Amino acid sequence: MGVGIEVTNLNAWYGTNHTLQDINLNIPANHATALIGPSGCGKSTFVRCLNRMHETNPIARVTGTVRIGDLDIYNDITPVEIRRRVGMVFQRPNPFPTMSIYDNVAAGLKLNGYSNRHVLDEIVEKSLKNSALWDEVKDDLKKKSGASLSGGQQQRLCIARALAVDPEVLLMDEPASALDPVSTAKIEDLIFQLKAQYTIVIVTHNMQQAARVAEKTGFFLNGRMVEFDSTHKIFTNPADKRTEDYITGRFG
Amino acid sequence: MRDEHKLKARMRAGIDGLATGLAVLSTVLVVAPLVAIFIYLVYKGASSLNLDFFTKIPKPVGEVGGGMANAIVGSAILLAVGSMIGVPIGIAGGIFLAEFGRGTRLANAVRFTADVLNGVPSIVMGIAIYSLVVVPTHFSGFSGGVALGVMMIPTVCRTTEEMLLMVPHAVREAALALGVPNWRSVLSITVKTASPGIITGCMLAFARVAGETAPLIFTAFGNSNWSTNLNEPMAALPLQIYVYALSPYDDWHRLAWAGALVLIVLILLAVSLVRYVTSRGVLKGAS
Repeated sequence: MGVGIEVTNLNAWYGTNHTLQDINLNIPANHATALIGPSGCGKSTFVRCLNRMHETNPIARVTGTVRIGDLDIYNDITPVEIRRRVGMVFQRPNPFPTMSIYDNVAAGLKLNGYSNRHVLDEIVEKSLKNSALWDEVKDDLKKKSGASLSGGQQQRLCIARALAVDPEVLLMDEPASALDPVSTAKIEDLIFQLKAQYTIVIVTHNMQQAARVAEKTGFFLNGRMVEFDSTHKIFTNPADKRTEDYITGRFG
Repeated sequence: MRDEHKLKARMRAGIDGLATGLAVLSTVLVVAPLVAIFIYLVYKGASSLNLDFFTKIPKPVGEVGGGMANAIVGSAILLAVGSMIGVPIGIAGGIFLAEFGRGTRLANAVRFTADVLNGVPSIVMGIAIYSLVVVPTHFSGFSGGVALGVMMIPTVCRTTEEMLLMVPHAVREAALALGVPNWRSVLSITVKTASPGIITGCMLAFARVAGETAPLIFTAFGNSNWSTNLNEPMAALPLQIYVYALSPYDDWHRLAWAGALVLIVLILLAVSLVRYVTSRGVLKGAS
């Protein structure tokens, strides 16, 4: 089951560049939350702070508190542990090129020392079904490499790989921006089904996409969160002038 | 107007043909020396190849016949010892340079040292190993293996580093985001992704030292009898070829040609075998 995320006074830097400033927000469990805003506004940095991927960059720094469920992720737990609870899907599909489809999905478990074949088989099948890829690949799970799939299939493979470690939260950083419209529609359908089981945070450039998949939407601008509300409210009656300007296409 | 188009099209086709021709010519020039050497070796050496060559040891001076069985086996042993030293140290060094030490002073020092080591003439390497290993002990197959192994290290190390740096950042991030510890991600994901290139680097280093004579003169020393004992002087194909080629006897000259042919064929076989074995696990579509 998904858990809620509580962000308090979050600040993040790359070197001297203050990319996130005083972010406060509560992301509800088992809902999809969309983050929108122009390029470079800090939304990707924000999601990377939620699984501590931000700090894999040696010049990056973070202050503030992020609670996921009842864990303070910057104090109670190591980065490696939190990343097992908070899965991530990146903008460009990034399957492991030398691994089969099966091994790609099983990678998270295998690399953490899990080796029970029966259980692995089950989890791989379940994850691929959850990511709506099973029917397309079930016949060559171990024959084909993850890199031999189409872009849209690769992205669903990456989603299956993230789901296989059974996370509570799924972060998606522009998961459909490198895909064609048909694949995008499939990913969006998937988000709809997945939010029953996971808390989903999705960064997107596509405002229609935010409106289609998310209950809540946050608008970021220049490293600050301008507004956070129900998606309906943001797109029909935003409280802030800057949000209105952005969603009506006056800038960005 | 139409004629002008036609003329331009014909010019483009001409230039295209010219460029393609140059590329083909260059390819031929690259392959030609290898083919020429091989043909010449077959011409000079094949007639002296017989079962005795692969099963007998050298006959004393003056007696006709004999073979290089001891040198073939000796080379195999020396190369095995060399690879056991050079490959693990080289790969580990490359992993350090690319993954753990990137940007540190130690890494820069190691990289510089490897490049200098790569440029050390093989005869100097032989003398160095002579004073470090042979002088405290004695001439031995082991010291020959050490000399070859040390020569392999820089090539293996630097190719491993280059190949690891070519693995896309996205692949590393994917592993880290799954909650895989960094060391595990490096060993199981990054190194695995780069393994075809790393294997090529090892093969290059192997093929290069397989033909080395100079570092063995002062170490393995050569042996005209059977010797598979690492603690004793050991025969090696390049050494045997060297000694026979410098001798005044026609029969030995013929054997030297045959030895050279066998050496090249064995290197080709070893490289092809490793390629075959390691490519079987690779899946279609992986690049």
